[in-house]
Order: sequence, then structure tokens, then C-alpha cells
Amino acid sequence: MYKYFLRLLALVLLLLGFSMNANAEFKVGFVYVGPTGDHGWTYQHDEGRKAVEAAGIKTTYVESVPEGADAERVIRQLAQSGHDLIFTTSFGYMDPTNKVAKDFPNVKFEHATGYKREHSNVSTYSARFYEGRTLLGHMAGKMTKTNVIGYIASFPIPEVIRGINAMTLAAQKVNPNIKTKIVWVFTWYDPGKESEAAQALIDQGADIIMQHTDSTAPVQVAEKAGVWSFGQASDMQRFAPKSILTSIIDDWAPYYVERSIAARDGTWKQQDTWHGLKEGMVAMAPYNSAMGSGLVKEVEKLQKDLASGKAHSFTGPIYDQKGNLLVAKGKVADDGMLAGMSVYVKGVEGDIPK
Amino acid sequence: MIKIERRNETSNLIYFLTPVLAIFLTLVTGAIIFYLLGFKPLEALKFFFVTPISDLYGLSELLVKATPLCLIAIGLSFCFKSNNWNIGAEGQLTFGGIVGGGVALLFYNHEGVYVLPLIILAGAFGGMVFAMIPAILKIYFNTNEILVSLMLVYVSKLLLDYLVVGPWSNPEGFNFPETRQFSDSARLPILFEGLRIHAGIFIALVSVFLAWVVLFKTYLGFQIKVSGLSLKTAKYAGFKGRKMILLVFMVSGACAGLAGVGEITGPIGQLHRMISPEYGFTAIIVAFLGRLNPIGIVFASLIVALTYLGAETAQIFLQVPKYTGQVFQGMILFFLLASDFLLFFRIKLSGFKKYEY
Repeated sequence: MYKYFLRLLALVLLLLGFSMNANAEFKVGFVYVGPTGDHGWTYQHDEGRKAVEAAGIKTTYVESVPEGADAERVIRQLAQSGHDLIFTTSFGYMDPTNKVAKDFPNVKFEHATGYKREHSNVSTYSARFYEGRTLLGHMAGKMTKTNVIGYIASFPIPEVIRGINAMTLAAQKVNPNIKTKIVWVFTWYDPGKESEAAQALIDQGADIIMQHTDSTAPVQVAEKAGVWSFGQASDMQRFAPKSILTSIIDDWAPYYVERSIAARDGTWKQQDTWHGLKEGMVAMAPYNSAMGSGLVKEVEKLQKDLASGKAHSFTGPIYDQKGNLLVAKGKVADDGMLAGMSVYVKGVEGDIPK
Repeated sequence: MIKIERRNETSNLIYFLTPVLAIFLTLVTGAIIFYLLGFKPLEALKFFFVTPISDLYGLSELLVKATPLCLIAIGLSFCFKSNNWNIGAEGQLTFGGIVGGGVALLFYNHEGVYVLPLIILAGAFGGMVFAMIPAILKIYFNTNEILVSLMLVYVSKLLLDYLVVGPWSNPEGFNFPETRQFSDSARLPILFEGLRIHAGIFIALVSVFLAWVVLFKTYLGFQIKVSGLSLKTAKYAGFKGRKMILLVFMVSGACAGLAGVGEITGPIGQLHRMISPEYGFTAIIVAFLGRLNPIGIVFASLIVALTYLGAETAQIFLQVPKYTGQVFQGMILFFLLASDFLLFFRIKLSGFKKYEY
């Protein structure tokens, strides 16, 4: 009996060895929340994946994975099928990512925009999109005639509120009379809702349309209405060539390549990454010459200063809507405050939905 | 001239074999599509339909996915059998999830065995009440239940959006649109360590059995069947039509509500905006593929669940586009409806004969 058991054990070990050998090639998996052709969020992550592939590392992706019960299965399947590093690219994958990471200590996980790193093989990463918003605010403040800036917002999470505040502060600096009007659409991607929101803002007098949602619908509405707009996540210039002043581009490629190589070479370590203009995770699409070469030069200088740290998006004095001091004169907001931002600054209209 | 006439009789055996035929035709067409997309057809089909369930974890996932589909389709079969077109199971699922989730949050950090049954009952109750709206409007105002039930889907989804963004959002969750994770006492027990299959499957199985008893062994089941075949006959026979409409909608809603609460207390463990990847709509395919028969629905839910898993596996291993899963679901329904048509009707080519009036 004992001998029989030993033989069985040997067989199992042998089979395990075989299956491990079969999967020896280093592979990186990506989980996307949308289709790769959304021209926004997922599209940019897939561009990053292609860069990893171009660096000679094999990749796999699964698109349109709902953020519900299905996410855990997909992540687990990628881990089980021999992927050594897995990027989960939407906030809703936070708990499933940590859950699977617990069961696969040898696989590395990278979760975008989350805050939970419950196991040593989970890293998180995000971009300082707000630095781009500061540039947008500068342009918006200079270009608006009606002094009303329309902002299509997705969910009242710190990242979105940070963007609204950064934009408003920068616009106020060059034009103290501006007002930020916000429409909350409670979706990341819904062309119908987004274009309705853009139209509603234009009807309320906004001549600048800005979005924290992923479809190209708002810039197309702006193009038709003859107002200025800004693209989101990828360069949306070709969808509204006259209206778009620039786009904030999420450039995940350098990070994905760096982390994939680190994981392959065994130098990968858990970290919480928050990169911006300096590292190139946030980049700006070419500026529209319609805003005049003087303004383009100003913005380019501001971009350089933000990247070098000479300028900061949240430099005091900053007041909230009620007039309470948030950041004192001469100080800048620290990362902790930025990460948990949940109030509007002075000059933003309306209340944060609760 | 092409003439379409109703066949006088159809074989019962063929009636239950056509779903199998539909699946077979789907596989053949699927192979052709894979070939045209540049994949090896047999290999792609293997990754689609065999690989996902070739280990214990896969089998458990298949059951996790089939459980809500089966539950909802069982409920829908009561409605569809009696000619009541409840298209809003997704809304009833969502509302059941909201009510059940509300109770779970109310009892946050309560230990005690009463918590889970209370949540499940609340979920069933929520779905039931939500399904009564289109039923009552149909009974008293003669509204179209297809439209009302469908539009209520958006009502419940928006309500869920509002709750998870606002009043019910996790106070420690940085305003992200989700509630707290429910306490352990509010979670359906897992059946095997390491797998996700949960006690919800027993709820589904009990529902299948009860549905079979009611539909085939009771006077009520007989009434439902007759009303489906001919409303006039049902009226002559003196069946109380209004009561029955209300009842089938209540059964259907309760089943959808159970499915919703099973998802949030099972694999998800909290409320957020994506508690269902449109199970309520997919279950319509399941109900028809299963011939509105409880046993048929069990098999149909497994097959449709497999198309979801298959789409994921095929994309992981071959990078086949994810949407082929939906293409397969659509094809199965299409072939089923097409063969039904040929089953009940015959096409007559009457040549070039002159018509005599």
C-alpha cells in the first residue's frame, strides 16, 4: 500500500514537472474592461501591450471582462495557464486581483488605479492625469469667451475630483472669471449619455468641453457645435480636427515594458507607482495651432515646469467651495491629500453627488 | 409560388431533438467562422467547448455561471408558457439584489445563522414585488408587459447606480461606486475549498424540482399550459386569468430575485454596478433552448454558460475575439427558431400552376 502510494506520488510530481516545463516561456497577460477598439482607456492599454510584445515578450489579453463575478475567473485562468505577470487594467478588478494573487504567489500582479496591495506579489499603478488637466485649464481659461467651462465627469472618486480641481485652479490663474460646470454621467463609456451631457453643457453656455469619460462622442458634439474640446486617454484629434486643442494621452507603454522585463529577469518588486508628465506616463498630443503660437509656447513651458517639478498643479493658497483654506500659501498639496481628495475647490459650481 | 402552411401534427420526439440539432448546426457554422477568421476550426472548437471544463475548477465555474441562468429561466418558463412576455428579468434580478444587499448591509458585522436566510428571502421578495408592477398594469390597464418590464430594467439599474454611488457606498472606499464587502454571515457557503461553487446551486436545483412538480403535477400547471395554448379556451374553462397573470409574474420575479441575491452573496460579496452581465436577458435564450421544460432548462443553462467560459478560454489561448461567445449564443437561438419554423410549418412549392379562385 505504502509503495503504491509512493509510486502514485512520483507520478503526480512527474506530471506536475511536465506541465511546468510546458509553460516555461515567460508570458504577460492583460485583462481589459472594454473592447480594444474603444479609442480611449482600453485602446491605450492595448498599445502598451503591443510595446511589450515588440520588446520580445509574449503577451495575451482578454477584452470586455465585466467587473463582476467573471473577473476573478479570467484572472485565475491567466495565472493558471502559465502567465507570469498579469496587468488588470480597471478599478473593479481590485478585489479579484488580490484574491487570485493569494493563490498564485509565484505570479506577479499589477492592478491599475486601485489602492489594495494585500499580498507581496501585487503592485498598483496609476498616472498623474491631473497634471494634464492643469495644462487643459490654462488653455481653457485663455480660450473661453463665455467664461463657462463644461466638464463631463464619470464618478465622484478622488481621481475625477482631482482633475476637476486641477483644471479649475489653472484656469482661474489666467482668467479669474471662469466657472466650471459639471455633468455627472456615472459611466466611463456610453457615447449616447456623453454626447447628451456635452450638448447640455453647450446649451448652458459652455464654449469649452472637457471629459473624464472614454468615448469620442463629446469631442464630436463639440466639433459640430463649433466649440473647443479636449481629447481623453488617446489622441482623439482625427475625430474632431477643428475643435480639439489637445488630448491627454495615457502612455502605459514604458511602464509595461519596464515591469515586464523586470518580472522576466527576476528584479520585479512590489511598488505603488504614480507617474506623471515627468516619466511620460501622462503625455500631451500635439497642440492645435488655432490657439496661437503665443499660447502654445506658454503651455509648453508650463508642461516643462510641471515635469521638472518647478510648477505644481496644487500650489497654495487653495480654498474649498466654502472658503476654508486647504493648502496654505507657498505650500503644495502632498500625495496623501491628492489621493483622498473629495471636495471641490472654489469656483466649481454645484455639489459632489452623495 | 412558395406557400407556407401549418403542419397538422408534429412528432414529440423531434420537438425535443431540435435543440440538439440547433447546437449541432451552431458547431458546424462556428467551425466555418473560425476557419474564415484564420483559426484551425477543430482546435478552436476544442478550446471553446472542451478546455474550459477539463478540470475541476472549470466545472465549478460552469456551475457558478449556469446557476443564475437556470434560476431565471425556470421563472421565465412560467411566464412564457402562459403567454406572458416578461422581458425584464434583468430588472427583477437587480431589484432583488438591491433589497437583499440592503438587508446584508443592515446586518453588517452581525453574526448569526438567521442573517443569510433573511437576505435570500428579501432578495426573492424584492424580485417578486418588482415583477408585480408589469403584471398589475397589464391586468388593470391592459398595458403591454413587454414594454413595461423592459423599461423597468433601466429603472432598477439606475436605482442601483444611485445607491452604490451615494447612500450605500463604502465609507472607507474613496467614493468608488461599491458598497462594503458583506460580512461572512451574509455569504453563501462555498461547497469545496478553493473552488467558487456555492450553496446557490441547491436553491436552483430545488427550484427546478418545484417547477417540475407545479407545471406537470398540479391543476395550476394545467391552467398555465392551457392559457398558453389558447386564451379563449382558458376563459371558457373558467380559469381565473387575472390571478394567474399575477402569479406567474410573481414566480418569475422571485426566481430572478433569487438569482440576483445568489450572485451578490455568492461570488461577488458586495453590491456594485456590475452585479449581472445581463443574465436576465441571456436567460430568455436559455428558457427557449430548454423548451420551457425544467429539465431542458438545466441542460440549456449549462450549454449557454459554456459559451461564456469558452469565449474567455479561446481568447486566452488563441486570441479569438471575445465576442464570438455572443455570436454562438445568437446562432443557437437562430437555429432553434428556424428549425421550429420548419417543424410547425411546411413550405410548399406549388410550381407554375394557375391559381383557381
